[in-house]
Order: sequence, then structure tokens, then C-alpha cells
Amino acid sequence: MFKILEKQVFSPIIKQMVIEAPRVARKCQPGQFVILRIHEEGERIPLTIADFDREKGTITIVFQEVGKTTKQLGTLEAGDYIKDFVGPLGTPSHIENFGTVICVGGGVGIAPVFPIARALKEAGNHVISIIGARTRDLLFWEDRMREVSSELFVTTDDGSYVRKGFVTDVLKEIIDARGKDNINLVLAIGPQPMMRACCNVTKDYGIKTIVSLNALMVDGTGMCGCCRVTVGGQTRFVCVDGPEFDGHQVDFAELARRSATFRAEEQRALERHTCQCGCGGGK
Amino acid sequence: MAEKKEIIPKKHPMPAQEPVERIRNFNEVALGYDEETAVAEAKRCLQCKKEPCRQGCPVEVDIPAFIKLVAERDFAGAIKKIKEKNALPAVCGRVCPQENQCEKYCTLGKKHEPVGIGRLERFCADWELARGVLPQEVAPPTGFKVAVVGSGPAGLTCAADLAKLGHKVTVFEALHVAGGVLMYGIPEFRLPKRVVQAEIENLKKLGVEIVTNAVVGKFATVDELMEEEGFDAVFIGTGAGLPYFMNIPGENSCGVYSANEFLTRTNLMKAYLFPEWDTPIKVGRKVAVIGGGNVAMDAARTALRLGAEESWIVYRRSEKELPARHEEVEHAKEEGIKFAFLTNPVRILADENGWVKGMECLRYELGEPDESGRRRPVPIPGSEFVMDVDTVVVAIGQAPNPLVPRTTRGLELGRKGNIVADPQTGATSKPGVFAGGDVVTGAATVILAMGAGRIAARSIHDYLLHKRA
Ligand SMILES: Cc1cc2nc3c(=O)[nH]c(=O)nc-3n(C[C@H](O)[C@H](O)[C@H](O)COP(=O)(O)OP(=O)(O)OC[C@H]3O[C@@H](n4cnc5c(N)ncnc54)[C@H](O)[C@@H]3O)c2cc1C
Ligand SMILES: Cc1cc2nc3c(=O)[nH]c(=O)nc-3n(C[C@H](O)[C@H](O)[C@H](O)COP(=O)(O)OP(=O)(O)OC[C@H]3O[C@@H](n4cnc5c(N)ncnc54)[C@H](O)[C@@H]3O)c2cc1C
Ligand code: SF4
Ligand code: FES
Repeated sequence: MFKILEKQVFSPIIKQMVIEAPRVARKCQPGQFVILRIHEEGERIPLTIADFDREKGTITIVFQEVGKTTKQLGTLEAGDYIKDFVGPLGTPSHIENFGTVICVGGGVGIAPVFPIARALKEAGNHVISIIGARTRDLLFWEDRMREVSSELFVTTDDGSYVRKGFVTDVLKEIIDARGKDNINLVLAIGPQPMMRACCNVTKDYGIKTIVSLNALMVDGTGMCGCCRVTVGGQTRFVCVDGPEFDGHQVDFAELARRSATFRAEEQRALERHTCQCGCGGGK
Repeated sequence: MAEKKEIIPKKHPMPAQEPVERIRNFNEVALGYDEETAVAEAKRCLQCKKEPCRQGCPVEVDIPAFIKLVAERDFAGAIKKIKEKNALPAVCGRVCPQENQCEKYCTLGKKHEPVGIGRLERFCADWELARGVLPQEVAPPTGFKVAVVGSGPAGLTCAADLAKLGHKVTVFEALHVAGGVLMYGIPEFRLPKRVVQAEIENLKKLGVEIVTNAVVGKFATVDELMEEEGFDAVFIGTGAGLPYFMNIPGENSCGVYSANEFLTRTNLMKAYLFPEWDTPIKVGRKVAVIGGGNVAMDAARTALRLGAEESWIVYRRSEKELPARHEEVEHAKEEGIKFAFLTNPVRILADENGWVKGMECLRYELGEPDESGRRRPVPIPGSEFVMDVDTVVVAIGQAPNPLVPRTTRGLELGRKGNIVADPQTGATSKPGVFAGGDVVTGAATVILAMGAGRIAARSIHDYLLHKRA
């Protein structure tokens, strides 16, 4: 059992938790993730390690409530326990001094970008971060991102905060302003359509772009192949070969199709959950 | 041979759930002998002096001796006799390929059906489980700490034997439950999970600590376990969990699963109880399972129970070469599984949403024998045809998972990524590190994994005593 030490509610659907998991915290690196299962009948779901404290033995997760498991997780409070919590999984981000790196975090993708941006900055990079969300309520960690970035740009799709526009608009503006040769790497993490759009932008400029894929998973150790994606024409397992890949090589259309495999079942599980547990899920 | 007696030519039939009934549930198919049937079956045994059956057993269980005890109704004595050699009889009695092992060599089998050795073994083990397994003796603590990586039959056996010898054993398991393939792969209807969990409870009673959710190579490497966590020796029993795919077009379509995913969702995550349990699985109307081993049979029979109208085994050789246990093939046939022999897919066809809508196959014929001595299947040119299926399960084999092999310094690896270990001792190229089971041999059997765990426990014990001296 793994104890929830702290909980913070960023918005009705985005929440942060600090979990006591010393074995995970001891060795984890930016870019890695955990898989958790709330209770005996629960599903195993992957969540990125958004932050960690080796001394305290804790892991921070930030999640968006999109279905049954994330909504149920959202009903737990500090002091409650999660049944299973395994990690660190996946290959850590490749960190070196590339020069100038643009880190793009869309929606809940801001959380996984944070530790990577921090590590890139510590490695000597000039880190330009872009964070964005649909609307002001869904934006979080602006202060933390500012701390680990050389420059920070904020945007909202609906213009309810700072400016109106997609992260891709900002990305394009920055590349145009600085010149494509002055940007050495782009890292984009967020919903699949956002990562795909970022890759479309950078492809034209020929700037290498790393994305972190959120494929469906079961075990997270390379045992089931549920998480397979096509990258550069080859089948790769996101849980062990990734989650980060060269975005220009990823077959996003296939990833989107595979992610929708269980859509009808997910809907059913959610409806059942919403009417039973009184958490007000679905709101 | 003992006294002359009348020979009963056939095994006493195994009571089983009726096929029409069982394809709608996940309960165990074979129900087990009762005492009277077990005694009667035991009395078929001729008590051969040369013990041919015993030579066919990979761990040399004293088969005639335990059968004699069953015939004498000394069931407690019988299970004790079995356990001298086999640590997991309730499991092995259910899943060993007896027809290739002990029963293959049984004297009776030359003219008639062999003694139902597996069934008797299962009977004895179940008899004991029903009464509660007696606590086993544990030697005084030696002060040594051993890490066992992986909790399949190899790891469980190695851990139990080491604990009995007085060592402090910690088992690290990547998944959230211990048991390996016995929990996530082999279905409930063939091996009830309570049987596996009973074995794991016994292990805990011996003082073994089981740490689940612990992926070695990730939270710590084998080297770190030894250098930082103070383990004096490590046993690696991480199995062969990496699924092969066919690398044919369309294989990443929705509705194509590896057998591991299909079975893990069903067995470990209990997708057959969805939505009471949260993990979903989707099986369509017509399912094709590629392969001919136990894994394939399990997947095909599982598909039926999940509601498929038709479930096919698609195998590129002929029926004679099917590597699955005989009983599984028989059960599959009784349940209405269909077989497409000498057939192999070349392409999976998908609809506009990426869902499987068919599978293009080639027909094969058997040519010259290959390295394995079996006749090589050769495609017949122009024999393409499309199978009307909407779900495909790939069950063409597994390789060792590279996670531990790749992260351990100084470990010699074989061509297929398996760990090289001495079959006599389980020793690897790295001092203090031992290995056994599927991670060494490639996908094999429960009994071989168990045997390897037992051998390694012996040599780890010797290694530790030597270390102290
Ligand atoms: C490596 C990795 C890291 C991740 N990190 C985070 C994170 O830090 N924070 C976070 O909020 N989410 C993260 N996700 C996504 C998260 O795992 C899913 O949101 C979660 O599994 C949904 O479970 P559910 O039962 O609540 O919803 P479900 O009922 O399973 O799904 C509901 C909806 O969400 C979609 N969905 C399901 N699984 C995923 C997925 N893996 N990725 C994207 N959409 C999905 C479905 O298509 C469906 O529309 C990550 C995924 C991966 C693979
Ligand atoms: C569907 C199916 C049906 C089968 N049917 C039969 C049958 O009828 N009869 C028969 O004799 N054999 C059968 N087999 C084969 C048999 O189950 C295996 O040969 C046997 O389980 C191998 O045992 P093992 O201990 O080596 O490994 P496994 O049982 O594979 O166990 C390995 C364990 O190690 C864990 N692990 C892996 N990597 C790590 C890591 N890095 N850190 C921590 N833990 C890790 C895994 O999660 C797993 O729990 C079947 C196999 C399958 C898949
Ligand atoms: S070979 Fe068959 S008949 Fe002979 S001792 Fe073994 S089980 Fe009994
Ligand atoms: S999640 Fe099972 S192999 Fe990646």
C-alpha cells in the first residue's frame, strides 16, 4: 500500500498528489513514469513522474480526470492509500547540453515537462518553455515552470489568461523570431493532437522534436505489447523503448486509433462509476 | 513385476465440466479424482522395478512409491513422497505435459493407456490443500540474504528451498501479484488462482518476504541489490515474457493482441469480470489465434469464454506437430475450437477505423525435415485466401525480457538474449548470481523451471557456505 501524503486541487479535473514511494523515488529520472492501481479490482494506469524527492522518498503526480480510474483517484484524499504503485518505468529523457531547447507543455502535459526542463536547464541549456491550456482554470505550475526555465511563455486557447492562441502558435512565433538555426531541440508533451501539431510545425523547420507518447498500457515492462507504436516504420513498445521518441518518426494516426480501442468500454465503466460512488464524476 | 493382476486398459476418466456448460464460465474444467477413483487408478500401476516413468520425470519424482501409497490410502504419505522432489505438485499435476514425460514411458502405456500419473499427483496435492498444508521445518538462520528476482515457478521454488535452509529470502516481482505465468498466463479454467496463491501463502509461512511492484533493472539493478542492499546472492527467474510478433502488415490494427496481452487482461486483470473489475477486453465475433502451443490453446479457449462465436487456431504445421499438451487440444476440440492447419497469415486487413476485418493467409504443405526434426512447412504459391475474422491473437512464442539481462554487469547472454547458466548448478558468468527457468532455456515448462529453481537453491546454499568458510 502506498500512502497519499498531500493532495492539491488545481481545478475540478486536474489534481496533484504526493505519494510515499521510496523505492521509486530513489532511482527515478526525468521522463520516467509509474503505473498505479487504486484497489484490488482496479485498472493499471500509467502516470508520469512530475517531480520526486529522494530524501523524503516521495513522488509527485499530476493527473487529469478523463475516465473511471482518474476520477476515482481524484476522490482520494491525503492519508488514503493506493494499492499498487510501480516504477520508475520507461527510459529516462536524454539530457545533455544541446544549446537552446524549447519545452512545450500542453494541458496536463505541463507536469511531465517540468522535471525534464529542470534537468535540461541544469545541464546548461537555454530553456524556453511554452505552457498552454484550453482555459485559465486548467493551467497550473506557472511558477514552478518559470523557476526552471530561462524564458516562459503562457497561452490559453480561449484567451482567458495572458494571451489567446495554441501552444503551436507560440512555438512558431518563437522559432520565426529567433531563427530556426538557433533552436537546437524541441520537446513537446501533451494530448496527442497537440504533440502531432507541434511536430508538424517543427518538421518544416527541420528541428528535431521529442514527444512523450501516452499509449494504452497494461504491465509497463515490455511483456504485453499493448503499448506498441510505429516509429520510423518499426514497431516499438512505448513502455520500455519510450515513452520519448523522435516525433517526426511517429505514426500518430495509428497511435490515435489504438488509443481508442476500448472507448466504448471506458464509457461504460465511467457511467457505472458516476452513478455509484457519489463523487460527482462526469461533471 | 509384482503379482499378476487384471489390467484395466484405460485411465479412469477425469470428471469434467460439460463442454456446453464450461465455455460459458471460467471455472476449472477438469474437476479432479475423488478418493475412490484415485485409489482405483493407483491400483492400475504395475509397480515396475525399473521405474521407467520416473526417468521420464524431469525432477525424478519417485512415482511408483507415491502411487503405491495412494493405493494403500496413505494420502499424507503420498504427497510427502511427491514433495521430496516436486515443490508445486498442485500446479504440475494440472499443467505438466505428462504425455511427453512420465506417462510416455509408463509400461502400461505400451499396450494400453498409461497410469494417470498427473491426475494422481493432482489428487494428492489437492487432498493436502483441502486439509491445510502442514508447516515445514526451517533451519536456524544463517545470516545470509538472498534476492530472488521473479516469482514464477523457478523463483518460488528457489525461494522456498533457500528459506528452509535458513537463509533470509526476498522475492522481487514486477507485477502486483506473485506467481508469474501461473497467475497472468495460464487461465483460471485450467489452473485456479487459489491453487497458486496457496503455494505463495506457504512461502510466506517459511519467512520469505515477497515484494511486488518491484521491477529489477528499474528501481535497482542486480548489481545494486548486491552492493547497496546487501544481498549475498541473487537468483534470476524472470521468465520469457517478451512476446514475438509476426512483423506482417496490419499487425498494429485494433483488435490484434499478443497472447500475453490477451491472457493478462483476462487472468491477471480479470477482464472477464468487467465492469465489476475495471480492465476491459474486447473480443469480436470471430477470433483467430496464431500458433499451436499451450499459449495458443489457452487464448483460443479464453476467446470462446469471452463470448466469441468462432474461435480458430491457425497453425502453419499439421495437427501432428501441435506442441500443446494433448489434454488441451482435446479440451479445445470438445469446446468447438476450429483448427486451420498448414495455414499462416501474411497480412491483417483493417477497416477505415483501423479495426481488424480479415486476415489474408497462405496455405502450406510439409516439406523436408528441419533442424528440429519436424517437416518444414512450405507455402503453396498462389494459395492466398482471406479469413473472415475481427480479432487476432498472436501466440507464436516469447523471448526472455531483456530488462534484467541488459542491466546486469558481466552477465553472459546467449543468442536469443537468454542468460547463460550452468544446467548442473544454475551458476551464471557473474559470481553470486544464479539463474534458471525460462530466462535461461527460453519458453519451456513449469516443471523444468521448478527443477532449475531447486538446483540453483542447492548451489546458492553451497556458494554461501563456501563464502563464509
Ligand atoms: C507514459 C504515460 C504517462 C502518462 N502520464 C500522465 C500524466 O502525468 N497525467 C495524466 O493525467 N495522464 C497521463 N497519462 C494518461 C493516463 O494514463 C490516462 O489518462 C489514464 O490511463 C486514463 O484512465 P481512466 O480510467 O481514467 O480513463 P479511461 O476510461 O481509460 O479513458 C478515458 C478517456 O481517456 C483516453 N485515454 C485513456 N488512456 C489514455 C492514455 N494512456 N493517454 C491518453 N488518453 C487516454 C481514452 O481514449 C478515453 O477517451 C499518461 C499515459 C502514459 C502512457
Ligand atoms: C499461456 C501459457 C500457458 C502455458 N501452459 C503451460 C502448461 O500447460 N504446462 C507447462 O508446463 N508450461 C506451460 N507454460 C510455460 C510455463 O508457464 C513457463 O515455462 C514457466 O512459467 C516458466 O517459469 P519461470 O519461473 O521461469 O518464469 P515465469 O513464470 O515467466 O515468471 C517470471 C516472473 O518474473 C517476473 N519478472 C520479469 N522481469 C522482472 C523484473 N525485471 N523484475 C522483477 N520481476 C520480473 C515476471 O513478472 C514473472 O512474474 C505456459 C506458458 C504460458 C504463457
Ligand atoms: S511405468 Fe507406469 S506402471 Fe510402471 S511404475 Fe511407473 S506408473 Fe506404474
Ligand atoms: S505496456 Fe505491456 S508491453 Fe508496454
